[in-house]
Amino acid sequence: MLNNNINQLEFPTYMGEKFEKLPDDLFIPPNALEICLETFSGPLDLLLYLIRKENINILDLDVSNITDQYLEYIEMMDALKFELAADYLVMAATLAEIKSRLMLPKDSFEEEEEDPRAALIKRLQEYQRFKIVSEKIAVLPLVDRDTFIASAKKPEIKIDNHHEINISSEELYDTIREVLSRPNYKTNHLIDFEELSTQERIQILLNFLDKQNIITFSKTLKKNEGKKGVVVTLLASLELAKDGYVELIQNKSDELFLKSKQV
Amino acid sequence: MDIKITNIVEAILLGAGRPIRISEMRSILENDGISVELSDIKKSLNILEERYADTSLEIIDVASGYRIQIKNEHSASLSHLWNEKTPRISKALMETISIIAYKQPVTRGDIEDIRGVTVSTKTIRDLLERNWIKLSGYREVPGRPALYVTTKDFLNDLSLKNISELPDLPESIDNKDIDLLSKAV
Repeated sequence: MLNNNINQLEFPTYMGEKFEKLPDDLFIPPNALEICLETFSGPLDLLLYLIRKENINILDLDVSNITDQYLEYIEMMDALKFELAADYLVMAATLAEIKSRLMLPKDSFEEEEEDPRAALIKRLQEYQRFKIVSEKIAVLPLVDRDTFIASAKKPEIKIDNHHEINISSEELYDTIREVLSRPNYKTNHLIDFEELSTQERIQILLNFLDKQNIITFSKTLKKNEGKKGVVVTLLASLELAKDGYVELIQNKSDELFLKSKQV
Repeated sequence: MDIKITNIVEAILLGAGRPIRISEMRSILENDGISVELSDIKKSLNILEERYADTSLEIIDVASGYRIQIKNEHSASLSHLWNEKTPRISKALMETISIIAYKQPVTRGDIEDIRGVTVSTKTIRDLLERNWIKLSGYREVPGRPALYVTTKDFLNDLSLKNISELPDLPESIDNKDIDLLSKAV
């Protein structure tokens, strides 16, 4: 079959001498034909190629002839250990079936039975539509092949996110144990602003006593501070008395006096 | 027209490195405290187009907006510069994307029916990776096969604005022609 195919090729003429057979020492790379066969995108593509080679209209498809050629290709593919896609074999079977039906005498057809080639021709036509249009799309200018986008390059900011973690299971265990044994720091503490602070009042009283040696307790009070103010001032006075900064004096008039003990 | 706005539009186009919509450009300008109408940006684009007439650059309007690119006539020089050959797109891939483009949404089975050959997983994956197709759902038939449609990126990559700008699909065969066959037998 292979030789048969080679005989169909046209041989070149070299220096007026026509080559009728391939030179014995001609080296044909074993994959040469394989590459050629691989350019067919499927059995329909191969069939269309064969039809076009015959230069006939798809509608005038000579199934008998095409089937022989198709099978020849299939056998060649097989001989070349070209891994045959099952789809090619399915087509071969389809062609053989159509061919055998066409060989039956005409009157054995039932009246309404359609041309056995019709379905195949329809498929070939449909495939051809998309084959043609895909070839047109393939030559449209394509970005990054025929068209290049102009752009200012975005600066590459490299952030190394992939720190290698190298830790043994013991270390991991120790770490989690340590984390779990940590005291719970999540307890909330609400810190209130102290409206009237004893400490602050002590300072105020001391300021008073800086100016005059003796003051009346009631004069250090502020009206708007109310009872709380009295308590805080009393606490501050007692604190000062305890530490020996002032002397508290009370006479019969119920009035309390603060007398500086400092010289 | 304010030359400043035109220049900012130019900078945005160059910085984007992809198609960008007028509305997106407007929000970028607004973030810069520059308030403009969409028509102002359109005018800027026209000014740029005129400005580029004698240069190697051009602005084109594709599916996802406006893009600044190098005129195709200079592509060969760039290929030499980069010394890289873009891998050829296989016939199988082109046939598959064509069928999806004209018949969408389609399943793998639909594609196989037309091509007469199994559609390899690689072909579908290549198309998905190129972002030329995307899943649009599943056909409610047994097996629920995935339905594929083409994307805006597919149109962008072919410098098209709309799917209707693809080459016309050749006429399909007339049933009349098929009927005529019967007589020929």
